[in-house]
Amino acid sequence: MVRFENVGLRYGQGAEILKDISFSVTKNSFQFLTGPSGAGKTSLLRLLFLSLRPTRGLISLFDQDATRLQPNEVAAIRRRIGIVFQDFRLLDHLTAYENVALPLRVAGRDEASYRGEVVELLGWVGLGERLDALPPILSGGEKQRIAIARALIVRPELLLADEPTGNVDAPLAKRLLRLFVELKNMGTAVVIATHDVALMDQFDAPRLVLNDGRLYYDR
Amino acid sequence: MSIFDAIFAKGSAGRTPILPRETVTGSTLLAVVAIMSFLAALTVGAVRIAQISVNEWRGELANEMTIQVKPAEGHDLDVDVKNILETVQRISGITEARVYTKEESEKLLAPWLGSNLDLGALPVPRLIRLKLGDQAAISALRAVLDTIPNAALNDHRAFAARLTAISKTAALAGFLILVLVLLATVLSVSFATRGAVAANRPTVEVLHFIGARNSYIASLFQRHFFRVGFRGALLGGAVAVLLFVIFRFSGRLFGAIAGPGDAAFLLTSFNLDWRGYFEIAAAVLLTALVTALGSRFTVISTLRNID
Repeated sequence: MVRFENVGLRYGQGAEILKDISFSVTKNSFQFLTGPSGAGKTSLLRLLFLSLRPTRGLISLFDQDATRLQPNEVAAIRRRIGIVFQDFRLLDHLTAYENVALPLRVAGRDEASYRGEVVELLGWVGLGERLDALPPILSGGEKQRIAIARALIVRPELLLADEPTGNVDAPLAKRLLRLFVELKNMGTAVVIATHDVALMDQFDAPRLVLNDGRLYYDR
Repeated sequence: MSIFDAIFAKGSAGRTPILPRETVTGSTLLAVVAIMSFLAALTVGAVRIAQISVNEWRGELANEMTIQVKPAEGHDLDVDVKNILETVQRISGITEARVYTKEESEKLLAPWLGSNLDLGALPVPRLIRLKLGDQAAISALRAVLDTIPNAALNDHRAFAARLTAISKTAALAGFLILVLVLLATVLSVSFATRGAVAANRPTVEVLHFIGARNSYIASLFQRHFFRVGFRGALLGGAVAVLLFVIFRFSGRLFGAIAGPGDAAFLLTSFNLDWRGYFEIAAAVLLTALVTALGSRFTVISTLRNID
């Protein structure tokens, strides 16, 4: 599904911040991506959802060379990926319901066909009573759950989450982790970037550890 | 809900637009497009009026000719004129033949020679005005006049050719002005669109990341700018049409009050026909389309840079 071979990344003329990264993500897999702050976790995630292009090496996504994709092909691949951003990236003028429904609306689906799904998912993440709330009046944890719901609503083949439990309390973090595991069991490949050791200890999964721009496996 | 909102309402009722309206500036652009559309409509209307006038004049000239009878030694000019008049009246295809009276000739020459003119003291040619029902009469007319040495036929061809040239020049100038106006509209829209995309950059990025195609994002901006462009263009076009209507009725009023004077002639010349109004409507629509397409291309090129 995803394959990195000797991938390197540098911003402008600066030093390489990712060096010789090689790994693969298979269908129905679950892995943590961890490492100290500034190790390059977010940059690696950005390479994964095609927000950055590598300065060297090969990235293959869904059997396509990521460096040779046309804009429309990039959009098509992104529709197969769910992304949870660390800073949520919610649209402040849309309600919680509309934010979660946005990927389906953009895909051109009729609202009647997805309304039930969106309401159910928001209920599942504990926001069933806040469908019409706008993000500016929601807490960090609530925004995070909306961001997660938005990533999940399209039933992605690959889920990328950057610190998805950073703003929620321990019980909810555990619940969200259960949701991610359930997704994995349903066939979604899940990559969770986190430095929350307690979270990683709750589920036995391979850990990709980024340190000083290099990637190590910790099984 | 205004009529515009009714026309351009999109999606299911109650859905919040993906682009927040307050971040996509409109009022300044609306004014710019309205002014551009006004100028475009005015240009199109003026060109049409020029064409109508030229066509009318050309039509009159095509069916009208003048015989110039010059004074000649040993000839009585009045007798010559009378003979020629009788001859040409017999030619089939000539519907009317009339000799300009001395008073009329004096009036024609007054701008050059002044009033209080005594034509008897000057060797002034006399004019016979002909109206043609059939252009085939021209050859017969020439054949007759070739036998009369002091008579010449003026068929106004040079003047008609000049009118044609004027008409073509006016149309070309109008076209160039229209192109410049549309170009200025595109540039204004391009600036406004870049501003709107910059203001909506976070939204655009989110749309990108959830897999929206560039064409989808562009269509969101395009829809907004078409709405602004259509309103502006309609406003500008309506003011221009109003102006033409006012000129039309002012002309009738002048004609009724002051008689067929120069001012009345000038104002009645602003009489736009249905084709003119149709062309103004087309210019309005073109301005709105140019606004929408200008924004679309700007968004797509900006999105490529974001990628």
